[in-house]
Amino acid sequence: MGVTRTPTSLSQGSRTRGGIGESTLRPDGTLKVTGEFAYASDMWHEDMLWGYTLRSPHAHAEIVSVDTSEALAQPGVRAVLTYDDLPTEVKTYGLEVPDTPVLAHGRVRHHGEPVAIIAADHPETARRAAAKIRVEYAELPVVHDEASATAPGAPLLHPNRADDHGRHVPHPNIVHRQPIVRGDAAAAKETADVVVSGEYEVGMQDQAFLGPESGLAVPAEDGGVDLYVATQWLHADLRQIAPVLGLPEDKIRMTLAGVGGAFGGREDLSMQIHSCLLALRTGRPVKIVYNRFESFFGHVHRHPAKLWYEHGATKDGRITHMKCRIVLDGGAYASTSPAVVGNAASLAVGPYAIDDVDIEALALYTNNPPCGAMRGFGAVQACFAYESQMDRLAAELGLDPVEFRRRNAMSQGTFMPTGQRVDSPAPVAEILRRLKAMPLPPERQWESAGRSGTATDVRALPGGLSNTTHGEGVVRGVGYAVGIKNVGFSEGFDDYSTARVRLQVVGGEPVATVHTAMAEVGQGGVTVHAQIARTELGVTQVSIAPADTKVGSAGSTSASRQTYVTGGAIKNACEAVREQVLQIGRARFGTYHPAWNTAELLLEDGKVVTDGGEVLAPLAEVLEDETVEADLEWRHRPTEALDVRTGQGFGHVQYSFAAHRAVVEVDTELGLVKVVELACAQDVGKALNPQSVIGQIQGGTTQGLGLAVMEEIVVSPGAKVCNPSFTDYLIPTILDTPTIPVDILELADEHAPYGLRGVGEAPTLSSTPAVLSAIRQATGLALKRVPVRPEHLTGT
Amino acid sequence: MEFLRPADWGEALAAKAEHPSAVPLAGGTDVMVEINFDHRRPEYLLDLNRIAELGEWQTDTEYVRLGASVSYTRIMESLSTELSGLALAGHTVGSPQIRNRGSVGGNLGAASPAGDSHPALLAAGSEVEVESVRGSRRIPVEEFFTGVKRNALAEDELIRAVHIKKASGPQQFSKVGTRNAMVIAVCAFGIALHPDTRTVRTGIGSAAPTPVRARAAEDFLDAALEEGGFWDSGKTLPPSLAAEFATLASGACNPIDDVRGSAKYRRHAVSVMARRTLGWTWESYRAGHTGGTGGTGHNGHTPEGDASCV
Repeated sequence: MGVTRTPTSLSQGSRTRGGIGESTLRPDGTLKVTGEFAYASDMWHEDMLWGYTLRSPHAHAEIVSVDTSEALAQPGVRAVLTYDDLPTEVKTYGLEVPDTPVLAHGRVRHHGEPVAIIAADHPETARRAAAKIRVEYAELPVVHDEASATAPGAPLLHPNRADDHGRHVPHPNIVHRQPIVRGDAAAAKETADVVVSGEYEVGMQDQAFLGPESGLAVPAEDGGVDLYVATQWLHADLRQIAPVLGLPEDKIRMTLAGVGGAFGGREDLSMQIHSCLLALRTGRPVKIVYNRFESFFGHVHRHPAKLWYEHGATKDGRITHMKCRIVLDGGAYASTSPAVVGNAASLAVGPYAIDDVDIEALALYTNNPPCGAMRGFGAVQACFAYESQMDRLAAELGLDPVEFRRRNAMSQGTFMPTGQRVDSPAPVAEILRRLKAMPLPPERQWESAGRSGTATDVRALPGGLSNTTHGEGVVRGVGYAVGIKNVGFSEGFDDYSTARVRLQVVGGEPVATVHTAMAEVGQGGVTVHAQIARTELGVTQVSIAPADTKVGSAGSTSASRQTYVTGGAIKNACEAVREQVLQIGRARFGTYHPAWNTAELLLEDGKVVTDGGEVLAPLAEVLEDETVEADLEWRHRPTEALDVRTGQGFGHVQYSFAAHRAVVEVDTELGLVKVVELACAQDVGKALNPQSVIGQIQGGTTQGLGLAVMEEIVVSPGAKVCNPSFTDYLIPTILDTPTIPVDILELADEHAPYGLRGVGEAPTLSSTPAVLSAIRQATGLALKRVPVRPEHLTGT
Repeated sequence: MEFLRPADWGEALAAKAEHPSAVPLAGGTDVMVEINFDHRRPEYLLDLNRIAELGEWQTDTEYVRLGASVSYTRIMESLSTELSGLALAGHTVGSPQIRNRGSVGGNLGAASPAGDSHPALLAAGSEVEVESVRGSRRIPVEEFFTGVKRNALAEDELIRAVHIKKASGPQQFSKVGTRNAMVIAVCAFGIALHPDTRTVRTGIGSAAPTPVRARAAEDFLDAALEEGGFWDSGKTLPPSLAAEFATLASGACNPIDDVRGSAKYRRHAVSVMARRTLGWTWESYRAGHTGGTGGTGHNGHTPEGDASCV
């Protein structure tokens, strides 16, 4: 662990066992490891039907006709629904722009788009019935990249757009475009001694969460429906589901089911509306579980991107200017593309102080699979490009790449290209310094790891147990990269969370109950929430109520925001509860002891104590049979929209920074890569649960490694998905995962609860370019695309 | 779907004769995945798991008769000396769980060009023992693969065992995949030195419609080793000889471009693997020849921590 400089004024509450700063264990950890945890796909209900989705085999086609009669006639089939069966005038949904059809009407715009849904007694019956639905398609030409999407006469994905972005985009097949201009890049370029430009490409990464989309809709007697589902944001789902069903929101009662990972892939709806429609139509509970194949079509992916960058620098290693153009492929529907564009643009410069910039980012509508949120959210693509540029600039100038980055690193007080001043610690140079100072792993570990002098441990070599080299052709490379990520929802979004905290005496012990709608998707929110309650209320027993819509919105489990925002909401509600408890105490005991009214009071170890440590009363005696509760919304400081033309504005809540050093062994003949070590240094403000923080950093690092060397959804020129399975969409195994030493800095952000900084995404950014940098060093190749494939390394 | 569960081999043959469309099921690592993903819906499944003899093997002076259902784990644990190339190939199959279930018989039944055991069987020299109610026959493994996922079995035949020549010299197996474990072969190469017959045999996987031997490379090497007196002298092989062998091995490929790799890369990678594995096996042979410890050249360690591959 690194330095700890949390000002004491930010450490509210008290010192109680199991509070913040401790690595308390996850309440769901043992169940998950032993296979006993109930995921959404494990749910069962008496009299339950199984739902199934018929999807388009074409990327772009007119639907000429749909005939469901034969499917409906199958024994065991209870309902077959198409667009014509939708109950209200609201037939589309969407997180930002409601452009996604619940079921296709007249036209399918991407491979795998839902066309019809079936409910049957058995999943196999439903699947067979789907094959009996006769859909006549007339294929249409596809648009699959910027050139085809903006060509004269290009088919328009959404010809009658009514969204706000439609007014300012240069072409109707552009979802959103965000320029950011600051200073005078052209003039600054004149002062440059070297200018480096390059085009970079990022492939389509999948979240590859392990628990596929699933949920269970149970029709209720009041005409409503109870929906149990694995999602990232219950209330955003509810807002989109209710108008399609034609039900008031209070008749759709949502409860979070066990979530097996998310990484952004559960922000958009998948089977939610479908299961409710089928349940309401049949009057029976309906469960839908995607298998892995369907899951690849059931959620959005990371935007593939083409990025053009230009930087200039002076001989002494100072960056003069930056120009860039980032083109993201949003696919057939908007999803979160507008926000991803805003992120890519506003973070395009990276964690560097550059005064003169000219940035353009946009997202396309194409017939490719829809893309949206994934860990890193637009910042990942930019980081790969700007960090590739940093290495090239350093090489042009003959400077050490780490030293070059440090000379240009931003710090507290630096202005972002949006004009926003960075007003909390930005230790970019410091995390790079720490990485550089870490010892390198030993060379030729495949030899030293052997059991005898001559043995080779192929696991330490590229190819691993596939036994492709015993050291031949293997060259080591080392590379560095650093990135910047925003925390929380940006650009003026009202990003709040709600917490209901109750304190009462149960069996003689004070027990706190924390109720939020936060989606626990594996990040450890349930662990941290209990820690906050312990710290703030001085109790050891905390009960975490199931997440549901009986309490107000917690916002999304994304944007590295939940510990900040829902954690902040819990802290805030606990403070309100604490104040009520102290009022009760003052009323009961204040006349007996003056300290009740004169001292600073804390709740600690189940007692009310003075800041001097004097015990005034046990909580159980203060409360007796009273229940104290607070149910409050909490907001982080507001942000503002970015100007449509200049991109200026106070756009982000907080920034977070991570840097990586990658050490790789490359089999230069076969083009195979073994990442030996991926060291990470990151500022987290305050580690509320250090073990969880390290887990997040190691997970994000590994996901970035996946993008660097293997993870890509391959889409054909005809916009078809070529590898929708874990056979051919590869994610790192434990033998691909290197040692990941983590150096955590805790430099408090005074605007944030406890000074914390969102952790989850930043480590996903710099991991990828660090690995590529190391591979470039080993091979001498330029490598402008990720994931890098053996073909790229061998010229085949 | 009907699930047939014969109690012994005779019942299994009778069931297959009665229901020729029945798909045999042993470990299920291939068949169950295809069923789960709706790629096939056989009318009958023929469960072979009650037939104990399929999980056993016998060894004589020249051959191992390997029951069709012997798992890769058993091969790696118990037969790594006799079937060293196959044991090395076994290390690259899926995950520990898959290796506990998957078998060579299943690999042959699926007859995928990417099957991991095929190059090792080709290099070692093997015959597939197949049987039906009509009788039994042995098919040389070279003749067993007839097309992409097609084999020489008649519709009423089942694979009973594989007769694999015991290693009389070093054997090696290499496989390229785009991750370091649990991956389908982009391409693979097996090689076996046979000092008893003074021949070298090879097998190439995933670089042609079927697994193939690189016969031109074998013939070239056999002749060169003989002419140069290398078998007797145990001399180091000149790099030019290994390079020519590698080029000829690459020439035996007839690969395609697909999502796993380009045809050009596959040709290139086969040549690199051919050169390297020849070097490893020959160095191992030399060590044995000159009184060293010899052995198979297998120096991988017990694998841990990888998973499914289908």
